[in-house]
Amino acid sequence: MDLVLIQLLNGIQYGLLIFLAASGLTLVFGIMGVINLSHGSFYMLGAYCALTLTQFTGDIFFSLALGVPLAFLFGVIIEWLFIRHLYDRDHLQQVLLTFALILIFNEVQKILWGSYPHSVPVPGYLQGGVKISELLSYPYYRIAVAAFCVALALAMMFVIQKTRVGRIIRAGESNREMVEALGIDSRLLFRFVFAAGVALAATAGIVASPLESVYPGIGEPVLIISFVVVVIGGIGSIKGAFLGALLIGIADALGKVYFPAFSSSVVYALMAAVLIARPGGLFGRAA
Amino acid sequence: MSTPAILAENINTYYGRSHILRGVSFTVAPGETVSLLGRNGMGKTTLLRTLAGLLRPASGRVQLNGADVTAARASARSRAGLAIVPEGRGIFPNLTVAENLTFASRANAKGERPWPLERIYALFPRLAERRHHWGNELSGGEQQMLSIGRALMTSPSIVLLDEATEGLAPKLRDEIWATVKQITDSGIAAIIVDKNLNDLLALADRNTIMAKGEIVFDGTSDALRADEALIHRHLGV
Repeated sequence: MDLVLIQLLNGIQYGLLIFLAASGLTLVFGIMGVINLSHGSFYMLGAYCALTLTQFTGDIFFSLALGVPLAFLFGVIIEWLFIRHLYDRDHLQQVLLTFALILIFNEVQKILWGSYPHSVPVPGYLQGGVKISELLSYPYYRIAVAAFCVALALAMMFVIQKTRVGRIIRAGESNREMVEALGIDSRLLFRFVFAAGVALAATAGIVASPLESVYPGIGEPVLIISFVVVVIGGIGSIKGAFLGALLIGIADALGKVYFPAFSSSVVYALMAAVLIARPGGLFGRAA
Repeated sequence: MSTPAILAENINTYYGRSHILRGVSFTVAPGETVSLLGRNGMGKTTLLRTLAGLLRPASGRVQLNGADVTAARASARSRAGLAIVPEGRGIFPNLTVAENLTFASRANAKGERPWPLERIYALFPRLAERRHHWGNELSGGEQQMLSIGRALMTSPSIVLLDEATEGLAPKLRDEIWATVKQITDSGIAAIIVDKNLNDLLALADRNTIMAKGEIVFDGTSDALRADEALIHRHLGV
C-alpha cells in the first residue's frame, strides 16, 4: 500500500513537471502552428544551465531565478534567427529545421559539458523528507517541486483567463489573422509565445535536475511525452495540458506497479483511448 | 479637396499564379459610404483584404488618411484607423462577448474613444444581454453585431464590411443596415460588400462594380439604377 502511495505521489509530481514542458509546446503548436521538435532541447538546456549556475550560486532556486530569464532571452534569439522563417511553411519544413536544431544543440551540449552524466545537489534546507511509514518517507524537494509547479500552473491559468496578454493568446489560438487585423502585431505575439515556451521547458529542466542525473539527450524523452500530453489535452489548451500531464504522470507511475511488463505502453494506451473518445483531445477543438 | 480616407493606386494582387486584382485604383473620401458590387469571384473580398493588409499586393500603392501604408502590416493599418468586419465574422469562439469587444479597444489618433463599450451595448442591446456568453454560443446575427461592435471599439476612421448581412433573416438584416447607417452618419467612412443590391443602393453615397479583378463602374446610386443593362450584365439582377 505504501508503495502505491509513493508511486501515486511520484506520478503526480512527474505529471506536474511534464506539464511545465508540455504547456510551452502546446502554446507554440496551438498559437503559432509550429511543430517544434527542438522543445526537448530547451528542457536539456535548463538542466545543464542548472548544473552550471548551481556551481556558482550554490542553490538550485537562485539558478532558477537566473536561468529562466536567460532561457526566455535565448528563446527570443532562436525565434528571430530560425523559427520566424517557418510560419508560412508546411509542417515538413518545420520538422526538418527543428530536428536540425536538436542535432546542433546536442553537439553544443557535448562540447560545453561533455558526455558524462552529472548531478545537481538538492539544497541543504530541503534534504530529508516527510515520513509516510516506518520504512518510507517522501522527499521534501519533490514536495517543493510539486508545490512550485502547481503555483506556476495557477499563475499561468490566471494570466491566460484574466489578463489582456491571456486574451490575446487565446484569440491567437483560434484566429491568428483576426488578431493581426485588430491591431496586434502577430510577429511580437509569436516571439513572446515561443520565448515563453522555451522558458517553461527550461524551468522544468532546472527544477528536475536535482531529481535525476543530468545527461546528454535528457530532453528527448520529455519531448515525446510532452507531445502525448498535448494530444491528450487538446492542442493549444493549457487546462488540457495540465489535466493530460497529471493523467500521464499517474498512469505511468501506477502502470509500473500494476503492469510492470507493459509499463512503457500504458501512457500510449491512454492516449489511444482519449483519441478514440475525443479526437480533438480533452479540451481541444473537435478534429 | 480633403485627403482621402483610403486611396489605392494600380493594385495588382495574386493568389499563387492567379492574377486576381488587375490594376485596381480606388478612393474613398472621409465619411463616404461606398458599396462594392459584383458577382462571386470578381475580386471584392480580395480588394478588401488587400486594403486591410491581410494580402500583400504584387504592385501598387495604398494610402490611409494620407499616409502610405503599402508596406505596413494589417496590425499597423488597424492602429492607423482601418477596421475590417470580415466575411465569416472572425469572432473568437473561446473569448466571451465582452472579451471579444474589449480585445482591441483603443483610442483614435486624437486620443478619443468615440465608441466605448457602453455605446456598443446601447447600439446592440443583445450583446449586453449576452456579454458573458462565449463567442461560439451566438447566433449568426449576434456574431455579426459582435464583429461590427468589435471593429468600432478600435476607434476607426474607415470600416470595411465584407458580406455585411450574409445568411441573416430579413428582420435582422434591416437591423444591421440601420446600425450601419448610424455608424456612417457618425462620420466613419465605409466600404460595404453585400448581395442585397437595393439595400446597398439606398445606403451608399457611391457604388463600384468589379468584374474579373477590374473596376468597371463607379457612380451614384441613381446613375446605377438608370443603367439596367449594366446591372444585368455585372450583377445578374
